[in-house]
Amino acid sequence: MTDSKGILIPTKVPITRRNALKGLAAAGGLIAAPGFVRYAQAESSSPIRIGFQSHRTGIGAAYGRWYERTTSAAIKAINAAGGINGRPVEVIIEDDGTDAGRGAEVVAKFAKQHKTDIVYGTLFSNVVIGSAPTAGELKIPYYVVSEGYHVASGKLNRWCLQPGITDVRAQVTSVAPWVAANLGKKITMVFPDYAFGYDHRDYLPPALEKAGAEVVAKIAIPPTESSFTKYFPQIPSETEVIYHVMVGPAVLTFVKELGEFYGSNGPKLFGFIDSLEAVDINSPGLEYIDGSHFWEGSPRYSQPNDTDAEKAYRAAVGIDDNGASVDDPKDVSTAAHMFGCWETLYVIKQAMEDAGYKGPQDRAKLVEATEALTKFAEGPEHPQGPKIFNGKIHQVFGIQNISKLEGGRLNVVHKTAIEDGMYEPEADYTTMPL
Amino acid sequence: MAFGPHLLLATLEGLVSAAVLSLTALGLSLVFGVMRIVNVAHGEFFMLGAVLAWAIASTLGGHPALGFFAALVLSPLIVGAIAWASERLVLSRLNYDPEATIVATIGLLYIIQQLALTFYGPEARPVAPPFSYRLSLPWFGYSAYKLSVVAAAIVLLLSVWLVLTRTKIGLVMRATQYDRETAQAFAIPVERVYAGVFALGAMLAAIAAVLIVPISQAHYLMGQDPLLLSFIVVIIGGLGSLRGTLVAALLIGLSDGIVSMFFSPTLAKMIATLLVAMVLVFRPQGLFGATQR
Repeated sequence: MTDSKGILIPTKVPITRRNALKGLAAAGGLIAAPGFVRYAQAESSSPIRIGFQSHRTGIGAAYGRWYERTTSAAIKAINAAGGINGRPVEVIIEDDGTDAGRGAEVVAKFAKQHKTDIVYGTLFSNVVIGSAPTAGELKIPYYVVSEGYHVASGKLNRWCLQPGITDVRAQVTSVAPWVAANLGKKITMVFPDYAFGYDHRDYLPPALEKAGAEVVAKIAIPPTESSFTKYFPQIPSETEVIYHVMVGPAVLTFVKELGEFYGSNGPKLFGFIDSLEAVDINSPGLEYIDGSHFWEGSPRYSQPNDTDAEKAYRAAVGIDDNGASVDDPKDVSTAAHMFGCWETLYVIKQAMEDAGYKGPQDRAKLVEATEALTKFAEGPEHPQGPKIFNGKIHQVFGIQNISKLEGGRLNVVHKTAIEDGMYEPEADYTTMPL
Repeated sequence: MAFGPHLLLATLEGLVSAAVLSLTALGLSLVFGVMRIVNVAHGEFFMLGAVLAWAIASTLGGHPALGFFAALVLSPLIVGAIAWASERLVLSRLNYDPEATIVATIGLLYIIQQLALTFYGPEARPVAPPFSYRLSLPWFGYSAYKLSVVAAAIVLLLSVWLVLTRTKIGLVMRATQYDRETAQAFAIPVERVYAGVFALGAMLAAIAAVLIVPISQAHYLMGQDPLLLSFIVVIIGGLGSLRGTLVAALLIGLSDGIVSMFFSPTLAKMIATLLVAMVLVFRPQGLFGATQR
């Protein structure tokens, strides 16, 4: 065993005069480097470290790639404007494999090994739910960009926050009246058979009922399924609208098989863009969904009335008018979700400045400062639109987009109001001890 | 939907999955039968076949049929070459030791998967089918391409059977499977047969993948399910038995189609796994497998 110890812990090198001089010269060089001048006056110029729990591999990999691009664009902008509290921001990325167990390990690694100030950036709800207890145990703020209802429901802990993207409950509550009024009153739901799908299953039916429509069938599909025709006979013939929200790599197959099954006289379709995030909507086999409607968090295609902030955000992240990478038009982004990374990082910046955050000893103060936030105005820091934050349930509320797929692009046909998605809070994290 | 059409749809779906499964499982079964090694990387050769099909079809452009048929020829050849190289560079150096080859092919699995993620990316990408005709039945529509996959699989299975039983190559392969040392004594180049069989097994998986990729999409994780199902099929049918593989693929494919449509997909998976357990307990050599010599 002594051998392995020798490998893990480097043997101490005695400090010689030559080494010391080398070190001094290196440090001097760093301070003299142009980027560092600005931070030199700050109390401590060591960087603020953000641990980014990224879905680099596993079924979330397409999202992970774009979450990373958005994050690095936001960090670049934040650092160019002087960082946070005069300190530069540094992001440390660990891959969680889109796996709940691995997610918890990554959070522990950030807290104990990398000693980051916070953990941030998770999307898939299974990973968030799996990692949250570790974040709570190690008392490290955990800012997720997940859109699941798990944060707002109160079933996680006080260290988990979602200030940059709306949750599924708010999303379905906002779009249900539009679906009922414009598409049809008898709706069949198709959703993935795990936490994220259950949020849809639980909150869409009551919202539809309020709007005078009803759910006639609920079809849960295992997230690893690769063929869908076998589920279609479960769709009742009275169905007027198929509401689909699917994730994972097989979603294209789903839409294609639906087209083969129904031909040109099927029910109308309303889908969550999650079904087609990172997928070119002009892919072969997708002709069937032409004319159907989608929910989008933030529009993939640039719209005629885009604000300057939206344009600047798209340029910074590097996506073109079609929502694909400016370097490769085939590399389609996850535009409907990734704006949440940008906005979350600016919320973190604001909360750290409000808290006068200095280091890990101020983590509790940081959570309290985030809870104290109430409103975010539309602008360069919040390009998707204005938002209202509820500190009790650690959840942000905002506008939603309904887009129609026509002429090979998604055009926004309706924007909901923030109030459309508000619901009675079911929890209060602020009463929990920190 | 009425019972009749419902059953028809379930059977059609089951046949398509049985067709693809039998090709994939046949590759695994051949490799085990002749070489006595378990190839855990088999599913990744399947994935590689699909990913290459996308690469070839999207590079060529033009009419979808052109790209598809080019992929159907080129993709299995490339995958076969990769399999041949990995057999020569890795498996033969391990002297086909059963435990060592399992570990080595697990390594191969991760290497191929991560290379695909690095160079191909995490997205699911489609390949256009060579023709897209929708059969309009009174109760539902069905893709004509899916039916052609079943036909193609039958043709391919027949030709593999002909090669194995009617040609000299087949004779050499069967001799090597029957008794390696005696075959060697009769001047059969066993090493070359092994490399060839390993490549052939991978190529069968790649062909299955090219056939399936216009139905589902190429994705770097798509090799996991076929691997598991192939193992189930091969265990039920009997390792190394062509007939057993075919029967088991039909059994698993159809029962998966029908059970998952009338009951639930989870129940279908449970039944398949239960079948494996029963076969392992009561007939460890598989339904059609010969007892180990």
